[in-house]
Amino acid sequence: MSTTTTARTSEGADTEGAQTPPKKPAPRRYRAERRPNRIGFNIFGLVAFVVMAFPVYWLVLSAFRPNSEIRSYDQSLFPTSITFDNFVRATETRFFWTAIQSSLIICVTAVLGAMVLGTIAAFAIGRFNFVGRKAFMMVLIVVQVLPPTAMLIPIYVQLNSMGALNEYWGVIVVYLVSVLPFSIWMIRGFVINVPKELEESAMVDGCSRMQAFWKVMFPLLAPGIAAASIFSLITAWNEYLFAYVIMQDNDKYTLNVWLMNFTTDRGTDYGGLMAGSVIVAVPVVIFFMIVQKKMAAGLTSGAVKG
Amino acid sequence: MTAADTEAAAPPADSEPPPPTGRKSGRPKGGGRATARTGGALLPYLLIGPAIVAIAAIFAWPLVQTVIMSFQDMGRRELWTGDSPPWVGFEQFSTILGDSHFWSVTFKTVLFMVVCVSLTMSLGLLIAMSMQRMSPWVRLLLTGALIAAWSMPLLVATSVFRWLSDSDYGVINSTLSRIPGLDFQGHNWFLNPWQGFTIIGAVVIWGAIPFVVITLYAALTQVPKELEEAAKLDGANSWGVFHHVVFPVIKPVFQMVATLSVIWDFNIFGQVFLMRGNKPEPEYELLGIYSFQKAFTSSSFSQGTAIALITVLLLSGVAAYYLRQLLKTGEVE
Repeated sequence: MSTTTTARTSEGADTEGAQTPPKKPAPRRYRAERRPNRIGFNIFGLVAFVVMAFPVYWLVLSAFRPNSEIRSYDQSLFPTSITFDNFVRATETRFFWTAIQSSLIICVTAVLGAMVLGTIAAFAIGRFNFVGRKAFMMVLIVVQVLPPTAMLIPIYVQLNSMGALNEYWGVIVVYLVSVLPFSIWMIRGFVINVPKELEESAMVDGCSRMQAFWKVMFPLLAPGIAAASIFSLITAWNEYLFAYVIMQDNDKYTLNVWLMNFTTDRGTDYGGLMAGSVIVAVPVVIFFMIVQKKMAAGLTSGAVKG
Repeated sequence: MTAADTEAAAPPADSEPPPPTGRKSGRPKGGGRATARTGGALLPYLLIGPAIVAIAAIFAWPLVQTVIMSFQDMGRRELWTGDSPPWVGFEQFSTILGDSHFWSVTFKTVLFMVVCVSLTMSLGLLIAMSMQRMSPWVRLLLTGALIAAWSMPLLVATSVFRWLSDSDYGVINSTLSRIPGLDFQGHNWFLNPWQGFTIIGAVVIWGAIPFVVITLYAALTQVPKELEEAAKLDGANSWGVFHHVVFPVIKPVFQMVATLSVIWDFNIFGQVFLMRGNKPEPEYELLGIYSFQKAFTSSSFSQGTAIALITVLLLSGVAAYYLRQLLKTGEVE
């Protein structure tokens, strides 16, 4: 067993050399075998790196590239000259600032609402055992598997009859409920990890249930709520379809819809489009870096939203 | 529900034999969450009430509406006047099912999904397994690229790929033209749907690989090194080690990721829609686009919902499988 632990600490994958310590030539053979292997995997890894990174690299490169070079039949693969013209042009397009405003209003309101509803619901299913709890949890999963495009038409018709088309609150309600199931799921994971005794002892010490929640539970749930709200914010910020269909006035478009309409009849201003894309992507990338670690785990354990 | 009740009533008993295995999202330490306080029997329902109302209003009710609308004939006029549309029975379904275009769209959707999922999963597994064997600095670089790619919003990723494959100034064409004997200058990738779907598939796979790789890589680190070594000592070749030792350990995660990929890739909408400048041609219609076009371009909302309903039914088998897997892992307890 001790050999295996040392084997595991060494980085390489094939560590059979460690199993035969007494023979002298063994380590050399092992090293000789490992070298070419690693080189092969390293080359493959670098190819994968280039393929995965290139579109992102090209996005940033094109955003800073002068238009004369963008409209060239021979694209240089490496940075040449840097300009901020594309960003200036993108921000000077009509409705850019109103789009930022709409996006912020819609996303922040929807996420705040989802966190309030999500936290209390997560507390209920994480702390109490009641008839229908399991059914409720199944519903949370099922609604996330429903294709949004299938829900689009009935939701559109529904919002139309409620007079919510072309209104902020129409989009807000849709976003709020779209991020709600996986927020509940995620916060619940934090609720069940808080020992019940903590709350109970607070209540023994004279707190009401409400006080016990606010003073004991909530601080411990805060990291979970923060993570869930970042996920929700990313999801809401990236959504474009419902906003595109529900909003009709140019000055109510969200940033994504603004970006969707970048292509005009005269063709696409790719420099401006790339600059606009960078503007849309930067907040997402920053937030994503914060919660990336939890993302993979969350996705496989029932929080389906990508 | 009853299972949950009995389990909660007798936490340490037979229902879950190995409690101390330490699954990280396990039950709280002492006693379980069993005791519903007699005084607050209504409280949990009050707490989940708002969430239920919200979900019912935006998910459940529209789903009911979908079913109702697909048996009616709802068009622009009914939408604006608010008149209740006439009932037509199964007419929408028979129109759609009798339309050869529907079948070609369905076939395309399934084919596209199968190709994307198999490429995503095989490439993802390949990269994840190689990541275990490459030098740390290469792994670090690759992880960085994966996370950067993962964080790209779908809209941005699609815009970038549209720009990469632009017929005049796209870098794909200008790079391919540098290869002697090839002239891709001005080549339009979207004239031929096969080529167009190749580009669209590239966006989908590129966007899906980070999640698959990072998840599978995490699962692969759970494979006990001792087992691999023992198998090697017993003379197993690398395929044997993979088949009998590695894969069984990562299988639950692999299945979960594959199922999610099937669901996601079957519902592909944005990549096609945005790639074709919000106006996809009929050759580029997948089921989601087809339903959308019927509703919002042809103003036949009922046909659109009927197609959506068929899509949901086609997917429900996969969704049920996914649900069963989740139940098996014990996340819903």
